[in-house]
Amino acid sequence: MSTARATLERPVSGQGGRTTIRIGPASAVLRWRQVVVPLAALAVLVLVSALSIGRGDYPIGVPDVLRTLAGLGEGPQNFIVLQLRAPRVVVGLLVGLALGVAGALFQTFARNPLASPDTLGITVGASVGAVAALVLTGGSSVGALLGGFGVQLAALSGALVTGLLLFLLAWRDGVDGYRLVLVGIALWAVGGALVDWLLTNAQIYDAAAAYVWITGSLNARTWDQAFPLAIALAVLLPLALATGRALGVLQFGDDTARGLGLRLPTAQAAVVLLAVALTAVAVSAAGPITFVALVVPQVAVRLAGGSRPPLLASGLLGAVLVVSADLVTRTALPEALPVGILTAVIGAPYLLWLLVRGRRRSTL
Amino acid sequence: MTAHTVTDVPQEASSTPGNGRVRLAAERVRLAYDDTVVVHDLDLELTEGSFTAIVGPNGCGKSTLLRALGRLLRPTGGQVLLDGRAISRTPTREVATVLGLLPQSPIAPEGLTVADLVARGRHPHQSWVRQWSRDDEAVVAEALEWTDMSELAGRPVDELSGGQRQRAWISMALAQGTDLLLLDEPTTYLDLAHQIDVLELVGRLHAERRRTVAVVLHDLNLAARYAQRLVAMKDGVLVASGTPAEVLTEQLLADVFDLEARIVPDPVTGTPMVVPVRRLR
Repeated sequence: MSTARATLERPVSGQGGRTTIRIGPASAVLRWRQVVVPLAALAVLVLVSALSIGRGDYPIGVPDVLRTLAGLGEGPQNFIVLQLRAPRVVVGLLVGLALGVAGALFQTFARNPLASPDTLGITVGASVGAVAALVLTGGSSVGALLGGFGVQLAALSGALVTGLLLFLLAWRDGVDGYRLVLVGIALWAVGGALVDWLLTNAQIYDAAAAYVWITGSLNARTWDQAFPLAIALAVLLPLALATGRALGVLQFGDDTARGLGLRLPTAQAAVVLLAVALTAVAVSAAGPITFVALVVPQVAVRLAGGSRPPLLASGLLGAVLVVSADLVTRTALPEALPVGILTAVIGAPYLLWLLVRGRRRSTL
Repeated sequence: MTAHTVTDVPQEASSTPGNGRVRLAAERVRLAYDDTVVVHDLDLELTEGSFTAIVGPNGCGKSTLLRALGRLLRPTGGQVLLDGRAISRTPTREVATVLGLLPQSPIAPEGLTVADLVARGRHPHQSWVRQWSRDDEAVVAEALEWTDMSELAGRPVDELSGGQRQRAWISMALAQGTDLLLLDEPTTYLDLAHQIDVLELVGRLHAERRRTVAVVLHDLNLAARYAQRLVAMKDGVLVASGTPAEVLTEQLLADVFDLEARIVPDPVTGTPMVVPVRRLR
């Protein structure tokens, strides 16, 4: 495009902190906070990841870790970083990324900061699948079948089935956000009861393994978990980011969104199903690391400004949270606890605060 | 007034409904929620440049009718035609460039600024590539200016007063740039001064910006003052249609509203004014 001119323009009144970019017929608005926050989150993420990879029985400095990751490492260091330690951090990073984006999608869609894969029962659905696979493996023929699937696949199926149930039960000529939350809470309760029932009937060793799984842990993760997760996210994340324009209109409520020409059922189905899929692949890889999807989008919107959780910033901050929580549980605490314990310790008080504060909602 | 001023053209066209081109029409429209029929086989035509107020008692189906005209509700019988074409078979985005609507209690997300709200009105004109053209920028700035909201452009919508908020929404509808505008009880929850303020703004949209307007209103006196045509509904049926003087009669008030009333000329505008006496039955 030889005739195209790129321009940067000053904003109209009342729209400070943003720049309009125009290149030929293409145009977009950049808000500096929504550029700076993801960039800062990315920098912190790289740093924390390197720090986490470096910590262990054989400590490695951050510069050495970064050098090794860039392909310039040597000998035993190469093996320790790339084979032993990186997969754990990469899985944590990708899981946090997926959960952050999924939370932002759900919260914008439901117009409710309480909506998240945890409160909507999807992570519990994954637990039902995984615990069933772990606990029933020895016994019945159904259990043998599930056990053959592998815990990871069972968790994935559990999450997807719950997500589909959520979608179908909440669907009535489109999905109402409020109805979605109510149906989700019911599914959460049913799933919780199923997990409890499975655990009370379990052998003691199976129950112990199941307990670790349902807390969410990054222990013993290898590239076998990281690669499928990376491939799934390579497909799902661009699609999720592409819903941004629709989300900006969806958050006005159904009538206004339709009035502005949004194909409502299509947009709603896309947003909900993408959020379900992101959650499912994340929890099947690391277990239900709770509260990440609930807390992170609200932190992101407060940092980046705007009227809804920014998708990319939520994802990156989710990754920072999971990797940091894992680092803390591995190094700063006396016992190596599963990462899900720490996110729950941060998240549960936040959930209480949200409930106590009530919901401020602007209506006319 | 001189014969050739441009501003009196829509006045001419709309004071005689049926003379102008029909923009939006309900044809034997039946509307129902589940099994309850709310509007029965109703016919209505909105002509180019007209300003119509739909009035009637609570539950008469007037808001339901407006929702159907704005393709928010699909009729169970009959059809709605936009420029002669079935609105249900027109792509919703195409409709959104011609027909704008302001729902009864629109929701503004927490933290959204007035400028952002008005900018969202450009959605039907934008695409992934063209997210914020010079047109968009100019139209939004002009809409803010025209509705006197430029000063408040940077303020969050949820911090505004009710009247200012409604202005912001009307500004968004203006930025959407549609010929037709449907408003569902835009004056609800507002004090009298702000009701007048909002209706003056809608009146200017009609007179100065040539918008074809249909509005659901509760207040008969304000409806008679601002609209050129009144449509009265009762129990899902269209009872009367015409100029305010034709529609607002003592007999109609008794039939439709169960109200004994006197009709006197509005001392300010000369339009009919209802003075209630007592409720009948």
